[in-house]
This record gives sequence, structure tokens and C-alpha cells, in this order.
Amino acid sequence: MSEKMKLGKVISNGIVTENPTFRLVLGTCPTLAVTTSAINGLGMGAAATFVLICSNLVISLLRNFIPDKVRIPAFIVVICTFVTMVQLLMQAFIPSLYDALGIFIPLIVVNCIILARAEAFASKNGPVASACDGLGMGIGFTVALVILGSIRELIGNGSIFGMNVLGASYEPMLLIVLASGGFLTYGLMLGLFNLIVKKSEDKKKRKEAEAA
Amino acid sequence: MNLRISTAPHIHHPVTTQRLMIYVLLALLPTTAVGIYAFGLPALMLLAISCVTAVLSEFLWQKIAKKRVLISDCSALVTGLILGLNLPANAPWWLAVIGSAFAVLLVKQLFGGLGDNFLNPAMAARAVLLASWPVHMTSFVLPTFFSGADAVTGATPLATKSAQLMDLFMGNIPGTIGEVSKVAILLGLLILLFTRTITWHIPFTMVASVFVFSWLFGADPVYAILSGGVLFGAVFMATDYVTNPMTASGKMIYAAGIGLIIAVIRQFGAYPEGVTYGILLMNIATPLIDRFLPQKIYGRQKEVKKA
Amino acid sequence: MTENMNILLFFVSCVLTNNFIFSRFLGCCPFLGVSNKVETSLSMGLAVTFVMTIASLFCYMIYNWLLVPLGITFMSTIAFILVIAALVQFVEMFLKKSSPTLYSALGIYLPLITTNCAVLGVATLNMNNGYNLLYSVLNGTFSALGFTLAIVLMAGVRERLESSHIPACMKGFPITLVSAGLMAVAFMGFSGLV
Repeated sequence: MSEKMKLGKVISNGIVTENPTFRLVLGTCPTLAVTTSAINGLGMGAAATFVLICSNLVISLLRNFIPDKVRIPAFIVVICTFVTMVQLLMQAFIPSLYDALGIFIPLIVVNCIILARAEAFASKNGPVASACDGLGMGIGFTVALVILGSIRELIGNGSIFGMNVLGASYEPMLLIVLASGGFLTYGLMLGLFNLIVKKSEDKKKRKEAEAA
Repeated sequence: MNLRISTAPHIHHPVTTQRLMIYVLLALLPTTAVGIYAFGLPALMLLAISCVTAVLSEFLWQKIAKKRVLISDCSALVTGLILGLNLPANAPWWLAVIGSAFAVLLVKQLFGGLGDNFLNPAMAARAVLLASWPVHMTSFVLPTFFSGADAVTGATPLATKSAQLMDLFMGNIPGTIGEVSKVAILLGLLILLFTRTITWHIPFTMVASVFVFSWLFGADPVYAILSGGVLFGAVFMATDYVTNPMTASGKMIYAAGIGLIIAVIRQFGAYPEGVTYGILLMNIATPLIDRFLPQKIYGRQKEVKKA
Repeated sequence: MTENMNILLFFVSCVLTNNFIFSRFLGCCPFLGVSNKVETSLSMGLAVTFVMTIASLFCYMIYNWLLVPLGITFMSTIAFILVIAALVQFVEMFLKKSSPTLYSALGIYLPLITTNCAVLGVATLNMNNGYNLLYSVLNGTFSALGFTLAIVLMAGVRERLESSHIPACMKGFPITLVSAGLMAVAFMGFSGLV
């Protein structure tokens, strides 16, 4: 396998096989809180992706210098530095999104996806692979947030990315953009995802059985 | 309303369930009849739509999930009817469709169907409708049968606090289809008690609790128990087999809790009515009540009741 | 008297109306992850309450008495998370020495609390809302009690669901999320109480 293909696999791993939101169920708090609209989901996803790539890269570069005992606090400091950067940049350039995401921007620090990738991947792999892992996980997270955000915005507001698609006569189901709707939509999407995965696995098994 | 036999082993016996559900339907008959008579054709349409949707949802789910089709146990019909009775008579038809489908599919079947839901399906669906379409769910009409004129929109007497007690009792007030006539509900209660479908613990404790706490919070206690959905909830919804505690003392704690929450929400909360939320919140607390008030099992040491 | 009344209202607000789980989505990971048994949920809730109370106190002091005078408030997130991590470490060591029984009950949950966003969340909320020292600490305690209530109720429901015939694809996280959603609908009844 060539080096490029390996990196491609690392990226696609985060998007599909180990999708942080739909397969690993990590980082549930921001997932539930910011997916009230597609654009908020995209904003949160982009911010988290930036932090993931940078922190994975830096932690991978420092992995031989950080003593094992204090690695978790060290990782947190690295992550926190990038989160503060994102926070200040957003506040300066996209204040409306900054207000919409609110407290969940500083809370990217304790998003388990980022610490989990630092611990499970970046502290064991080279900088290029780690950055790719961050990119893949970030995209996987972003795609999931945009899907959830679009569904909730569509049902709860009749629009996607702020554009009205269901017409003026549609009476939106407010609940879906409220707290409870977040839990319901995420739960049902997870169930649907499990169902699809299981169906495709069954199919594969049947084919293998037939071939045998 | 579903059946859950409280001690292990759990036996799902459709004939028993069916008989109990038919008693419940029988008990709902006076309320339904008065509701249709008072609110006219729109009420009949709504009730029919919600019943048909509930049964159809159950049928389709059981077909698609390749389970045994159990619509003949009538539990879906009861859920649909109770949801319909919880709607204002002039609600749009799709509200009944969404509510019934939500109750049967998401609150009941998704958790495994008959006996496995932890919330009363009709109540959960009503809370969802209320949160989603508050305007449709809270614009009530005065029953046309008393005035003889066309439907007039009015606020529920809970909000205005101006109705005569006799009107409250007979049902000459705006409200949902099922809750207005207290006479019909009491008739239903007698049927349920007489057929031993339910025991007295929940309805009586709940009404007493609403009475006491409303009085403590400085409201008119008689008005409090006659207005809104207290009686309807106490007789038909809080008594759901599946979602209330198993022991008599547990049932009384549960019912007293509902009464307290209703009084608190009515007196201090944003919503004029708290029956739905009171029942749902105590449904949620039911597993804990059962856990900390274990029932006696004769002849052996009690284990965790779950089969 | 009015001060007591205010504190009571604040309590209701933190525990019921603005419940950390059901309306603010803070602390969802442990809420979904360790809510399968009532006893463990209660232990987790108490551990979180303990840490959140002390963290609110320390973060308040660090922010108002150190970061503000030095004019480096943009460092708040990094300062808070270090305080919390150090605090959790310290609590763990202290408990291990002084109360081994409590330690064995809470032990495995303590490291998890560092990355519980409820703790960092409450410190950030205290800062954003400009609460004074008393209200910061109260916010920490009360919000954590709301979290405890939510996680214990959830554990009760989940213990019950164990015997249910839930469709295979919904088992685990999906049905837990749907249950949480339905519980959040019920908690909406408390809106407007404060």
C-alpha cells in the first residue's frame, strides 16, 4: 500500500468507519446543543476541525518530549491554546456565529473527540498521519452536525441554511429545535444508522455464505 | 394504556389485555359521547382520525417489524381515543394524526410495544404537540350544545378563573373534548372501579393532593379540581397500568406527586395547566418509586423484579 | 427573608427550569455513559456535585482576583481547565488518604470529571453571568444537583428498559437518547417557574 493510500484511509476512517458522532458517540454535548440549524452545525464543525488538526499535529510533534505521567494535562493545555485562538478569531470576524454557539466554543476543550484522538492516535503516530486523522475526524464530526442541523432546521423551522424550502403554509414542529428535539432527532438518527449498517453487514455475510 | 403484570414471570396474554381495554373503552364511552354531543361534528372527526391513525400505526409497525399483529388487544385504540379526547375540538386534523402516530410509534413501539413503554403514550404525545404547536393546542371553543349558537373561541377557565362551579361540573366550559364534562368522567370512574379495572388509590389520592396543595398555595381548591384536566387525568391517564408503581403505597406516592406538580405548575409556572406534565414526570419517577418501595413477594427473598 | 426567597428561586431555576441536562446540554457524556445503574449514577452525581462546588469557588477566585487585575481574561478557559484538572487530582489524592470507602465508591469517576463539560461549563457560565462569590458557588452546587436528579431518574428508567423488547438497532445509545428527549419534554412543564 502506498503512503498516499494509507493517509486516505486514515481520513476516510474518521468520516465513515469511526464517525465520531454516529459510530463512536463522542462529543454529544455540542452535537445536541448547536444543531438547531445547519449553519450552526457547520460553524461548530469547522471550529472543532481546526482545533483537531492543530492539536493532533502539535501533540504528535511533541509526543517524544512529553513525560507519560503528565501527558493528559499537557494535551489539555495544547488543545486549550488552539480553542482560545478559535474563540478570539470567531469573536473578531464572525460575531453572529460566536453568539449563536456561545458557551460551547470554550467547551471544545473538553470535547471528548479531541482528547480521545490525542490519546489514541496523535501520541502514537507521526505528524502527517496525525494531521490527516484530525482532518478525517473533523470532517466526520462536521458532516454529522450538518446532517443533524439540516434535519432539525427543516422540521423545526421549515428551512435549510436559512432558506425556506417547505413553503409558507408549513407549520413548523417547534419541539425539534428545542432541547428535547435534539435528543429525539439524534437518537432516531443513530438508530437509523445502526439499522443501515446492520442491513449492509447482513448482505455481505449472505454473499460470503453463498460464495462459500 | 397497557397491561403489565407486576410480578415475574411476565405473561403477555392478549385476551386478558383485550378484556381490560374493552372495560376502559366502555368507561370512556360517556365522556366520548358527551364530547361529541357538546362539540359536534369536528370533535367526532378528530376522535375518528386519531383512533384510526393509532390503530393503523400499530398495525404497520408490527407488520414491518415482522412481529405478531396485536391490534385486536385494543390498546392502540385506547391510546388513540385518549389522545383525541385531549385535543381541543377545533384542532386541525393533522394534529390528531401526528399525535397518535407519535404516541404509538415513538413512545410505545420503539420501546418494545405493549407494557414496555415508561411514559403514558397519549400524555407524551400531548406534551409534544403542546410544545410544537402551542397556539393550536390552547385555542378552545365553548361547547355549542349549551349555547345553541356557532362555536365561540374562549380561553380555558383555568386561565380566566371566572366560570361558575356548576358549569365546570356539567361541562359548559371551553376545554379539550374529553375533559369538560365531569359528570361523564365520574360515570367512567364508576365503571372502572366496578369492573375492578383500576383501584381507588390513584384517582382519589391525586384529586385529594391537588385539592390540598392548591389550597396551600392560596387557590380555590374546589375550582382547582373541577377545572382543567384533573379529573380526566386522574381517572383515565394517571391510572395507566404500565406507567405507575406496582404497590398500593407506591401508587399513592405517585398520585400525590402528580397533584403537587399540577398545583405548582398552575400556580407558579408558565403553563395554565399541569396535568400532562405532572403525570409524565411521575411516570419518569415510577421506576425509582418501585425500587425504593419494594413489594412483598411471599415465600422468598425479593430479587430485582425485572425478568 | 427576600434573600432566602431569592436563593430558593435560584435553586428551582438551576435544578428544574434550566436543568443542565434537559435544557442546557451540559454533562451529556456521563449522563449517557454512566446512567445504567441507579447506585453508580448517584455516586457519579455526588462526585460531580463535590467537584463543581469547589471548582466554582476556585475559578471565581482565580478569575476575579488574578486574571482581571492582570488584564488577561482571555486566558480564562486555560486557567479554568487547569484549576479543574488540578482540583480533581487533589480531591482524588485527598480522598484516597482520608476516606478510602468514599474513594472506592467515587474513585473511578473522578478522572472522568475533568472532561465533564458541566464543570468547565458552570465556571464559564458564572463568569459570563457575572455572578458574585456566593451565587457562583450556589450555581455550582445547585446545577450539579440538577445533574444528579437527571442522571438518577435516567438510571431508573434505563434499569426498567433492560427488560423491554427494544428493537435491536435502537438498543444502547439510541433508545437512551430518545428516552432523554421524552424526559426533556416532561421537564418543559417547569418552564416559567422562575
